[in-house]
Amino acid sequence: MADMVSIPHSQPQQHQFNPYTENGGTILAIAGADFSVIAGDTRQSEGYSIQTRYAPKVFRLTDKAVLAVNGFAADGNMFVKKVRQRLEWYRHAHAKDMPIRAIARLIQTMLYSRRFFPYYVYNILGGIEEDGTGAVYSFDPVGSYEREACRAAGAAQSLVQPFLDNQIYFKNQTPAPGTSFPGHLSLSTVLSLVIDSFTSATERHIEVGDGLEMYIVLAKNSPSIQSLRDIRGMSELTATEDGERVFVVRRDLKKD
Amino acid sequence: MNSFVDQFSTHSPTAQLKRAQKLIAAEEDDYSDAAWGSQAGFGGMIKGIPAFKVPAVADPTAFLRLHTDDHADPNCRIKIQHGTTTLAFRFKGGVIVAVDSRATAGSYVASGTVKKVIEINPYLLGTMAGGAADCQFWETYLGMHCRLHELRNRERISVSAASKYLSNLVYSYKGMGLSMGTMICGWDKTGPAVFYVDSDGTRLKGDLFSVGSGSTFAYGVLDQGYRWDLTDEEAQELGRRSIFAAGHRDAMSGNTCNLYHVKEEGWDFIGNYDISKMYYEGPGDVPGAPGGGYGYAIRTEGRSAANPPPS
Repeated sequence: MADMVSIPHSQPQQHQFNPYTENGGTILAIAGADFSVIAGDTRQSEGYSIQTRYAPKVFRLTDKAVLAVNGFAADGNMFVKKVRQRLEWYRHAHAKDMPIRAIARLIQTMLYSRRFFPYYVYNILGGIEEDGTGAVYSFDPVGSYEREACRAAGAAQSLVQPFLDNQIYFKNQTPAPGTSFPGHLSLSTVLSLVIDSFTSATERHIEVGDGLEMYIVLAKNSPSIQSLRDIRGMSELTATEDGERVFVVRRDLKKD
Repeated sequence: MNSFVDQFSTHSPTAQLKRAQKLIAAEEDDYSDAAWGSQAGFGGMIKGIPAFKVPAVADPTAFLRLHTDDHADPNCRIKIQHGTTTLAFRFKGGVIVAVDSRATAGSYVASGTVKKVIEINPYLLGTMAGGAADCQFWETYLGMHCRLHELRNRERISVSAASKYLSNLVYSYKGMGLSMGTMICGWDKTGPAVFYVDSDGTRLKGDLFSVGSGSTFAYGVLDQGYRWDLTDEEAQELGRRSIFAAGHRDAMSGNTCNLYHVKEEGWDFIGNYDISKMYYEGPGDVPGAPGGGYGYAIRTEGRSAANPPPS
């Protein structure tokens, strides 16, 4: 009988190349008439353990473009680094910042050049278009992209996106008789929606929480600056005299 | 003669060819100072296809399939967007192209506003089914080469040549995991033309195609109503109605319908129609539409036991 539990000396071993991990978190961007808000939480986790409570997922690229990355953090950080490098080369060659629609196309080709070894990253690019309107571009990991008014991606995408559809696009809502929905939402409304999205996602998703970073990009001479006046925990990141201004607002989220 | 002479002669055909090739290569390498930073976008891609990074494993295709193919493993991390209904047909008034706008990743509706008609240039359209990035990227790339064809030959590329360019291109990647099912539609010297091209390398010329998970439903309506001598309005209505049918019966298709009409002068965007709205109200006040909703519950209200009149 002892023979039946003999352990073979060499078992067949299977090797698998698995370079990807999911690091949780959620990102979100909303475009307004003359502004854009790009936000992300700062928790980074692997499985059920939290690796850090502050790992930024949203990055200022230029004074008119902010990129949020979600998925595999290592790929995301490397990707942002490479995009920034290309933007710097562009700046040296053309003595100006790359327009956001060009950055969007650049990101497509950069992602697609890894078609057979993809970056496991969902990108959302937000900022101001050359005509002064707010823009949001969302990408899949291999580079298909689309310009939209709002987009959530990451762990809590399926919690946040329906809320945004309802509050931004007014989906499944009917205006009261004699009234109509506003054409564009104000910056203060959008900021409240972003904060509510993240506090709610933190409540119901274990991979979301710790901190919230909201980047706000304003078009030249945007009157929306008024609604930023009494925002708590805001700082300005504008680097050029081009006219567009970038701000960041940091808030705490629940840490359990 | 012999290779020795070829190698050292300065006026043999081979030498002249080599000189010419060197000249062309130098011209293409000669970027101005302003251009070297513009490796962005498709910069530098004209000379050939971009270099793709491939994982250093024995079987890169198996690697890609493991991580991206949601048929093999529904839990895989990188979800490529799937599920579509697209159609295009040729008739006396040109080509009608109609598509839905839903993108699904597993059972999640990743987007309801996808542009599945790719505007290659003002007289060529491509449709998107399969991998969204594959279609978007390669059809944009095709657009660049159509423009180069124009500059080199002083005439527009034929739909046949454009579609063959694409099919040869995707065929060179066969087996590597590209996924696209597309219809290249346009109007050239031969009149209206539709070509079906997919990532297996298939290229078919035809009058009527539908591609995607909802294609069977679209074909049902399309085949039933198709005639060569449809008027423009009738043809547009048929395209819209077919996409509605697919959006209604196929869970992976829906949201809205985008309608294009290719005429001799190039394509026209006809409109965007909400599929749920079409169920109850129809496409609105549109030429060719019979008026009223397409939904059978609307059409048959009060005329069957299963659907009694409202009391």
